[in-house]
Amino acid sequence: MAGPKYPGFDTLALHAGQSPDATTGARAVPIYATTSYVFRDSEHAASLFNMERAGHVYSRISNPTVAVLEERMAALEGGVGAIATASGQAALHLAVATLMDAGGHIVASNALYGGSHNLLGYTLKRFGIDTTFVAPGTPDNFRRAIRPQTRLLFGETLGNPGLEVLDVPAVSKVAHEAGLPLLVDATFTTPYLMQPFALGADLLYHSATKFLGGHGVAIGGVLVDSGRFDWEKSGKFPQLTAPYAGFHDMDFEEESGTRAFLLRARREGLRDFGACMAPMTAFHILQGIETLHLRMPRHVESTRTIVQFLASNAAVGKVLYPELPGHPDHALAQKLLPKGCGAVFCFDLKSGREGGKRFIEALRVFSHLANVGDAKSLVIHPASTTHYRMTDADLEKAGIGPGTVRLSIGLEDAADLIEDLARGLRAAQK
Amino acid sequence: MNFTLDGRQAFAYTAAHALDPARPTVVFAHGAGLDHSWFSLQSRYFGYHGRNVLALDFPAHGRSEGPVLATVPEMADWVLRLLDAAQIEKAGIVGHSMGALAALECAARHSGRIERIALLGIAYPMKVSDAFLGAAKENRQDAYDMETIWGHAPRVPLGGNPNPGMWMYGDTLARLARLAPGVLYSDLRACNEYAGGEAAAGKLKCPVLFILGRHDQMTAPKAGLAFARKVPGAQVVQIAPSGHSLMAESPDAVLDALAAFL
Repeated sequence: MAGPKYPGFDTLALHAGQSPDATTGARAVPIYATTSYVFRDSEHAASLFNMERAGHVYSRISNPTVAVLEERMAALEGGVGAIATASGQAALHLAVATLMDAGGHIVASNALYGGSHNLLGYTLKRFGIDTTFVAPGTPDNFRRAIRPQTRLLFGETLGNPGLEVLDVPAVSKVAHEAGLPLLVDATFTTPYLMQPFALGADLLYHSATKFLGGHGVAIGGVLVDSGRFDWEKSGKFPQLTAPYAGFHDMDFEEESGTRAFLLRARREGLRDFGACMAPMTAFHILQGIETLHLRMPRHVESTRTIVQFLASNAAVGKVLYPELPGHPDHALAQKLLPKGCGAVFCFDLKSGREGGKRFIEALRVFSHLANVGDAKSLVIHPASTTHYRMTDADLEKAGIGPGTVRLSIGLEDAADLIEDLARGLRAAQK
Repeated sequence: MNFTLDGRQAFAYTAAHALDPARPTVVFAHGAGLDHSWFSLQSRYFGYHGRNVLALDFPAHGRSEGPVLATVPEMADWVLRLLDAAQIEKAGIVGHSMGALAALECAARHSGRIERIALLGIAYPMKVSDAFLGAAKENRQDAYDMETIWGHAPRVPLGGNPNPGMWMYGDTLARLARLAPGVLYSDLRACNEYAGGEAAAGKLKCPVLFILGRHDQMTAPKAGLAFARKVPGAQVVQIAPSGHSLMAESPDAVLDALAAFL
């Protein structure tokens, strides 16, 4: 007898988290542009505040439109739940702040988005949270950097901008052997290309601004918990396993088991740091998610075409795309990313920094800006923009050179994109 | 709160309150493969509304040590021993699915100690398919999938969770992933083999409330209703949108029914 089956990814992308509106019958997700919610009576109010009933109190903590996005992302990732945040950076901060206090330590991949590098390497350090950055290609590097104070291992599923493939199964094994969770930034892969929880990650987040939203219209983040990490058994997380005076002496793990992390992140992190998502933003991102399963294959298909074009062009020194046999993580990519390695990648111009400027300024279809994951194709020079705070040595560690150009391949006709790039390459060589 | 029963740690959530023998007590007994936090909203409510709460983790579930209890009568007697350990003389029991069978049996065996029972997501007999049992016996993932999918109303994967931002399927799967091998099979077998339901129903002396989900795919509401008719004076509340996981799918409706009954 065949067992029951789950709805497919495409169906969840369109439906998870939302029933047609009970009052109006609205099929699209309504935008609940409200700060607050009327209590039925005093008893109802008290019960909501004390978490005896489910529901919304104040939109900094939860909002019906935002909740649809959260549930949908949890469904697509196979998590217990999610919290949408004001940005991807807010999601990373929320994860860290929920798991550790001053004195805590993180072991992170050094192949990170520049903003994440800033947060971990500089800003959180001011608040007593240290990070050791390691080269992610050797999972043992994570193990060697773990200290008694370590509370989190962290990396990007595909590093920005070098597309280093994080060996999620191996790094999660290192984490779990040390009683620690693994958090991954899955922005470049989206749940369509990789399911990090199935590979062993415990927590993940996205900059929803990128492929999830997909159209460059809204800034947002989403933090998802697998619910699989046993905080009690680890014994390293009193934030989740001991009574917390900041929330009526609640022991979050005892209270809610698999939901402990999200409970504290929402009830403390959103409440106090306040980096919540606006309902209009959630609506925009939901519109993008509804076509994620259609857009990602096209992004990947066009990227493959363009990668081949660049790899065979005399003006180009190196193309960093894990599907190319020369990429250091080619074999790992074939194993972990069979649907493709995304639509963001870098290449080096032989003509260096000045050639890079001429290249970018000659482009007509690609837009020169600091974003990725848009329906429109984008281009940027990381050394002067997203990673400009990094020293040359740190840039080199992250695999970025002075002539490195990052492309985000959109949904235009690939032939038009190639024509545009060819124009840029000719200009770069002048 | 941890207790020692039979030389092993047994856990019951008390909603962060010390037990007061002068207060009425409500025991919450979870279903197959689950734990005390399945009742988190409802148990917390009663803990903050003048009741002692003991939301149990049956042995080998949640924070309680194993070994797992193999039969429903063993579970019923274990509940009594936990009340003894907590120095609670009388209690009401809210049981869900397997926990409802344990509550029924406990009330029948120990009528002087059990003041009332609320039976959620119950059917009797609680037969489990061979396919489900076989998968659970082999600790196969499809057993956890059956528990998850049949454990919720069909609308759940396509609908909204009343608990903002949570994904009910994911939550169930994460709980099941924490179980030791063999525990789900033991629980399901206990439900499948329990044969004392009608006898227990005949011995009940306390008020009984049935709370049934109209879209329950695990314990069909028709079977639940048929069994309720065999319990003289039983009250029945049917929750229209809910499947088997009533406490998560329709938390407020369940709480309202319990608050009116307990």
